Amino acid sequence: MEYTLFILLLPFLSFLILGLAGMRMKHQVAGAIGTASLLGVTFLSYLTAFEYFTAGRTAEGVYPTLTPYNVEWLPFTNDLNISMGILLDPISIMMLVVISTVSLMVHIYSFGYMKGEKGFQRYYAFLSLFTMSMLGLVVATNIFQMYIFWELVGVSSYLLIGFYYTKKEAVAASKKAFIVTRFADLGFLIGILIYGYYTGTFSFTPAIGALAAAGTMIPLALGLMFVGGAGKSAMFPLHIWLPDAMEGPTPVSALIHAATMVVAGVYLVARMFPLFIGYAPEVLPWIAYVGAFTAFYAASIACVQSDIKRVLAFSTISQIGFMIVALGVCTSDDPHQGGLGYMSSMFHLFTHAMFKALLFLGAGSIIHAVHSNEMSAMGGLRKYMPITHITFLIACLAIAGIWPFAGFFSKDEILTACFQFSPIMGWIMTGIAAMTAFYMFRLYFGIFWGKENKELHAHHIPHESPLAMTFPLIFLAVVTCVAGFIPFGEFVSSNGQAYPIHLDMQVATTSIVIAILSIGLATWMYMRPKQPIADMLAKRFNRLHTAAYRRFYMDEAWLFVTKKVIFRCISTPLAWWDRHVIDQFFNFTAWGTHATAEEIQDMQSGNVQQYAIWFLAGAIALTIILLI
Amino acid sequence: MDYISILSMHQELGLIAVFLLVFLADLFLPERSRPLIRPIATLLLVVQLVGNIIPDEVILFGGMYHSTPMASVMKNILTLGTILVFMQSNDWLKREDTRHKTGEFYILTLSTLIGMFFMVSAGHFLLFFLGLELASVPMACLIAFDKYKGHSAEAGAKFILSALFSSGLMLYGISMIYGTIGTLYFQDIPAGLNGNALQILALVFFFSGLAFKLSLVPFHLWTADAYQGAPTNVTAYLSVISKGAAAFAAMVILVRVFGPMSSEWSQMLSIVIVATITIGNLFAIRQTQLKRFMAFSSISQAGYILLAVLAGTPQGMASLVYYMVVYIVANLAVFGVIASVEHHTHGKLERADYNGLYQTNPKLAMVMTLALFSLAGIPPFAGFFSKFFVFAAAFNSSYYLVVFIALVNTVISLYYYLLIIKAMFITPNEQPIPTFNSDNAMRACLMICVAGIILLGIVSNVYSVLSDTAVKF
Repeated sequence: MEYTLFILLLPFLSFLILGLAGMRMKHQVAGAIGTASLLGVTFLSYLTAFEYFTAGRTAEGVYPTLTPYNVEWLPFTNDLNISMGILLDPISIMMLVVISTVSLMVHIYSFGYMKGEKGFQRYYAFLSLFTMSMLGLVVATNIFQMYIFWELVGVSSYLLIGFYYTKKEAVAASKKAFIVTRFADLGFLIGILIYGYYTGTFSFTPAIGALAAAGTMIPLALGLMFVGGAGKSAMFPLHIWLPDAMEGPTPVSALIHAATMVVAGVYLVARMFPLFIGYAPEVLPWIAYVGAFTAFYAASIACVQSDIKRVLAFSTISQIGFMIVALGVCTSDDPHQGGLGYMSSMFHLFTHAMFKALLFLGAGSIIHAVHSNEMSAMGGLRKYMPITHITFLIACLAIAGIWPFAGFFSKDEILTACFQFSPIMGWIMTGIAAMTAFYMFRLYFGIFWGKENKELHAHHIPHESPLAMTFPLIFLAVVTCVAGFIPFGEFVSSNGQAYPIHLDMQVATTSIVIAILSIGLATWMYMRPKQPIADMLAKRFNRLHTAAYRRFYMDEAWLFVTKKVIFRCISTPLAWWDRHVIDQFFNFTAWGTHATAEEIQDMQSGNVQQYAIWFLAGAIALTIILLI
Repeated sequence: MDYISILSMHQELGLIAVFLLVFLADLFLPERSRPLIRPIATLLLVVQLVGNIIPDEVILFGGMYHSTPMASVMKNILTLGTILVFMQSNDWLKREDTRHKTGEFYILTLSTLIGMFFMVSAGHFLLFFLGLELASVPMACLIAFDKYKGHSAEAGAKFILSALFSSGLMLYGISMIYGTIGTLYFQDIPAGLNGNALQILALVFFFSGLAFKLSLVPFHLWTADAYQGAPTNVTAYLSVISKGAAAFAAMVILVRVFGPMSSEWSQMLSIVIVATITIGNLFAIRQTQLKRFMAFSSISQAGYILLAVLAGTPQGMASLVYYMVVYIVANLAVFGVIASVEHHTHGKLERADYNGLYQTNPKLAMVMTLALFSLAGIPPFAGFFSKFFVFAAAFNSSYYLVVFIALVNTVISLYYYLLIIKAMFITPNEQPIPTFNSDNAMRACLMICVAGIILLGIVSNVYSVLSDTAVKF
């Protein structure tokens, strides 16, 4: 499968072309180049998936791990070296399919959404760069290559979030996203270094002996790596960058903050899963707790936000929490006994990428129509935008977990895995799933039903988006309808063996009933133009409502820690030390250097006789030094 | 004697053939087609490079000529550097006052290159010395190439006088080796070395002669005057090619011949390295004329190269050759820009002249910046990796203090390299150098250099190939 190299090369080439010459091109040409390269990538990804899965399993009943490329890049010792290559196994191929599909849809969609924007070519250049980095991340053959692309992903997302660089909020948001994730990546890097030091390799599969000898350092390294993953995947308390990152263009949010970059942390844990299970099982429950808390916390905030993109952002955080929980509740690598979570997490990652991208693209379509993110500017849009309305509804049903949409199947597997871990975890996650259904339908009714903002709409009549934007919506909606029926366990499971998915009827019934109840509640509260119950509840629990609206003051807490504690107690004294001691020392050495240079300039007199004397004196001096 | 075996010296013979062809072309081409010599010489060298690209080992004349695989790699690198210098020289050779002696430039340059080939692949002090002289004497002519310009003639005179003096010292050292051991074959000398006073004197005197070529402190004083006075393209050649050959020869001879006295010469090298890097840097800070500035920069770079010699291991050899390749592309990029600017502005060489170059000639300014970054050793450019490998080699041989001083010095070097970048990008200028177009060969040369600066670091195969070749050097 040598052609897999082109999956990375095509977007890279398109980035180079658009980055170097894009500004001289017409908008359409630049967009066409980016989209064409993505079309190629998507085709190759599908071809890879098709060839890989039809090639069949090995004698042990698992799909083989292939490395069509693995070039030794920086050799340190015989074992410890940094290689660059391409690794194909079920999860990396699944990610290839997800990333290329969503990215292609976003490329097409952006033709309509970004039409006439200044910097259109730059936008497509960054999209290509991002896609290349993300694809490189998932096919990494070792943890260090993954880290390199991980940081590239961070950089390109920084560039995309700050795309409207004349807007102050966008610049602040891009900086925030970069700094927070970079801060978390510090943990990742330290984890990698500990891992490399103790196992003597950056490979995903170190020698058993080295692992056993490393002892407690492996859980530590894996825990630190999870910190990096938690930063990218916006786990509490490192989630604060994601809602702000919505300042970027909406298709970017669909690509980065729904389907690809934010699941990098989940992917990281899944990639290291055999090590977690084998050598650090005590870390996994903690991962589950972090995931569960994040899922609950984000869901509760999502219930009260009024900016539709923020609702979706918090919903994403909550759903990633689900995936993380599913990985964390694994207790063995046998899907029949406690390893179900791995499969369900990957399954949910897959389905979620599709319907969340659909939601974001739908939101983009709405924002495109009413020129505002606020729900107050919407309401009653179903009349004006039928396609957006139907596809959005499908996505809402999917995320709420209604049969037969994709989210139902994957969420059901996650809940089953949670119940296997402990009934308490199962019920907690079921409760969060109910919250999900509630806030999604609050959003849905707020946009498409409810009270119409007649004044605004009379001024500017909302209209359905052009085909470039509706086509991706329809495509993703179709995928959302059928993706649940993919026999996912046949392809991906914790030990590689085929795992036939069977519905746990008890869990399925409970979750559907609860979801329908929540939707009913949301319908009752938000469908009509006047919403007395919601207003009353907001007034009654005013403080709770405000706290949730202000995201439970987490941003303020971080600001307090950084500005008041770190800046004042650590940075200020350090700055003094830096300015008065370190700077002065270097000023002194610089002065000394200049003064010496001044002193010795006579040596270079231009007089050849004198040169000869120096020459001879030097030789004699060296002789004397050596003889003594 | 089997005369056919001479043919296995294919690199030297090929180069001599190139030399003869250029010589004949210069003699017999009619006046009108004389400019053809420029592409002919360059293309012939390219053929020579491609034809000998595969490294091999050749031993001839009972060990008098010994070309190791590494030596043959080094010779190819020197050829590559010479090709780049030739590509840069077109504009200069088209000038009214040099046009009639175009052929001489190529003939002289090629004969120095032949000398260096023999230096690099010598297995006997006599052959080595012959090579060294063959590389020196035509070099003096090259430096004094613009002989009607006072400073060029002066530089040539200074060079030849200093070179004579150093050759004398070196011959004296060689004669003492012969006196104490009775042989000049490299492979026989180590057995006879016992480290007595006479042999130490021989070592120092011999090394002083090489140190002159490498312009190490305190044998460097000719450098600034010669670099400044010589035509810019000759300076470029002098700063990379002849330095590269000398550094390689120094490593081979110190390790292979003076191996038993390694404790003595490592002490000597440590002192010289520290002095060279520091003093080169201190002088470089104060220079405002770019060619003179590059002279001191190249002095301190020679100190870094010697770190690899100090290591004395195969790793050191690999990093030395790697450093040379990287240094050649970066330094030639700088000199290419300097020569281009000098040619199109009729001799502007001061740093202040470069103020605001980015506004008028952004591409040249970018090339210069990349090259200076690489020389200063800033990642991710190749110069970072080459410095890193050299430091790692010396560090692995436990010369911690020397490595530390060298590291501190990189900070100083960064300062003066940045001065030029600041001039080009930041310092405002009412009358910057006007926009001009370099000729195609120069452009191609600069592109090759930039590609080298960026790719040599990232494509790690280069280093692994070198370290595989360096296993026995």
